[in-house]
Amino acid sequence: MVAGWFAGDGDRFHLLGTRCSACATVFFPREDTFCRNPGCAGGDLAEVPLSRRGRVWSYTDSRYRPPSPYVTDPELSWEPYALIAVELEAERIVVLGQTVPGVTTVDLAVGMEVEIVPGVLNEDEETTWTTWHWRPTGVTA
Amino acid sequence: MSGEVAVLGAGMHPWGKWGHGFVEYGVAAARAALADAGVDWRDVDSVVGADTVRGGYPGHVAGATFAKALGWQGARVTSVYAACASGAQAVGTARAQILSGLADLVLVVGADAAPKGFFRPAGGDRPDDPDWLRFRVLGATNPTYFGLYARRRMAVHGDTLEDFAQVKVKNAASGALNPNARYRKRVTAEEVAASAVVADPLRLLDICATSDGGAALVLSSMEFARRHGTADPVRIRAVSTVTPRYPTTVLDLPDIATDSAVAVEPAADTFRASIARAAYEEAGIGPGDLSLAEVYDLSTALELQWYEDLGLCGEGEAAKLLREGATALGGRTPVNVSGGLASFGEAVPAQAIAQVCELTWQLRGHAGDRQVSGARVGITANQGLFGHGSSVVAVR
Ligand SMILES: [Zn+2]
Repeated sequence: MVAGWFAGDGDRFHLLGTRCSACATVFFPREDTFCRNPGCAGGDLAEVPLSRRGRVWSYTDSRYRPPSPYVTDPELSWEPYALIAVELEAERIVVLGQTVPGVTTVDLAVGMEVEIVPGVLNEDEETTWTTWHWRPTGVTA
Repeated sequence: MSGEVAVLGAGMHPWGKWGHGFVEYGVAAARAALADAGVDWRDVDSVVGADTVRGGYPGHVAGATFAKALGWQGARVTSVYAACASGAQAVGTARAQILSGLADLVLVVGADAAPKGFFRPAGGDRPDDPDWLRFRVLGATNPTYFGLYARRRMAVHGDTLEDFAQVKVKNAASGALNPNARYRKRVTAEEVAASAVVADPLRLLDICATSDGGAALVLSSMEFARRHGTADPVRIRAVSTVTPRYPTTVLDLPDIATDSAVAVEPAADTFRASIARAAYEEAGIGPGDLSLAEVYDLSTALELQWYEDLGLCGEGEAAKLLREGATALGGRTPVNVSGGLASFGEAVPAQAIAQVCELTWQLRGHAGDRQVSGARVGITANQGLFGHGSSVVAVR
């Protein structure tokens, strides 16, 4: 539903941001129109891969079904999922994302290392919508 | 020219889930504020309305809606939308009109009839809207952000679930004394702990509800107040409506990511702290001058964050301040003696105005059982989605 936010398979899956050629600022979600650094007159914005690993800034979960436009099947009972805000050291940016299924808040701690993996946001008969998930490093489930 | 404007009148419609339209709440609050001021509606020069947005159509609810309902009388009209800071921008607009001489007597109104359940974005596929994206891509509701802040405080400052619960206990005790509050029952720490988890680690009673409600103020020039026979009115001395400074490094609603700090070092203050600092600087006061504060307690943990952002204590010391009783009624700097959003719930365009109503009643000494004795200086602090600051300083 949003083009160009991530790319690659398996161990090479990564988020895509953009970087300003004038001031080196990195943007995620990608900023393709203008650099938002107020001290920058603006440069070209080139696509760059973001770090695949980072550290947990904070985390929480969603014990109640989120409203639309989040897509869920109301026929199924609600399974809470965790959300992690992850600090990427090289980019000095914090990126929010869902955890891989099965990892809950009791498995998480602030400062823990996590890595990015491809995941499924939702699917119907015709389409599977992929997304990014954060997974504690060393967990292979 | 004096930088101050007079608060001649304050009024509210009680908050709750009443099932009426927002106009009814706004008009009731406006009439209460006009009566409190002792002025005739037909003498009002200017109406400033804080907008409600439903279905992406802000024009529907505006200053003109209230003006029409009160009876067209030819006043200047303005409508503002700044999410939860709409009320502060309405007060700021009214103040600017008065100080510039465009108007002498201004009515400020905000009201809402809140939807059930989570706040959510307007319909349609709108991937250019960050508010739509966070719901669509992550299912990230407002409480999930509050959960992130709460968990971060626990990890960095050692706050506990019991600390968070004590904020609710404190605010509910004050709200029980406020006839305009939606929830008027005391709450125990055990009741907070027994309520369902909404967004780890926060429970239902840690998070504010949505409500219907309305609030209004009648503001005037100091000269008008004198002519009107109000020699010593409550005065508004500062209105802060600042934006953040790039890069913002604290993940905030409705964003999926922070700015990158790779090219520019972040400012020493966070956005929330800069909102308060701008208000202090404009008013020429500091945290030590405050008699009370009304802060935006969307969650119990967020109230603690505001203690630090307002400079009531050092970073990481908010829970200690709470435990000492400094922020309770009778303490050094009582916070949310109105009961806060914990007792009122959110009625977005009204809440920043409601905070100023509470300051007004407190500074007049008319706050009944929840009166802060000898109140002279009060501050409000609030924050609107999409980078809208909101803080008002009122003095007597
Ligand atoms: Zn740039």
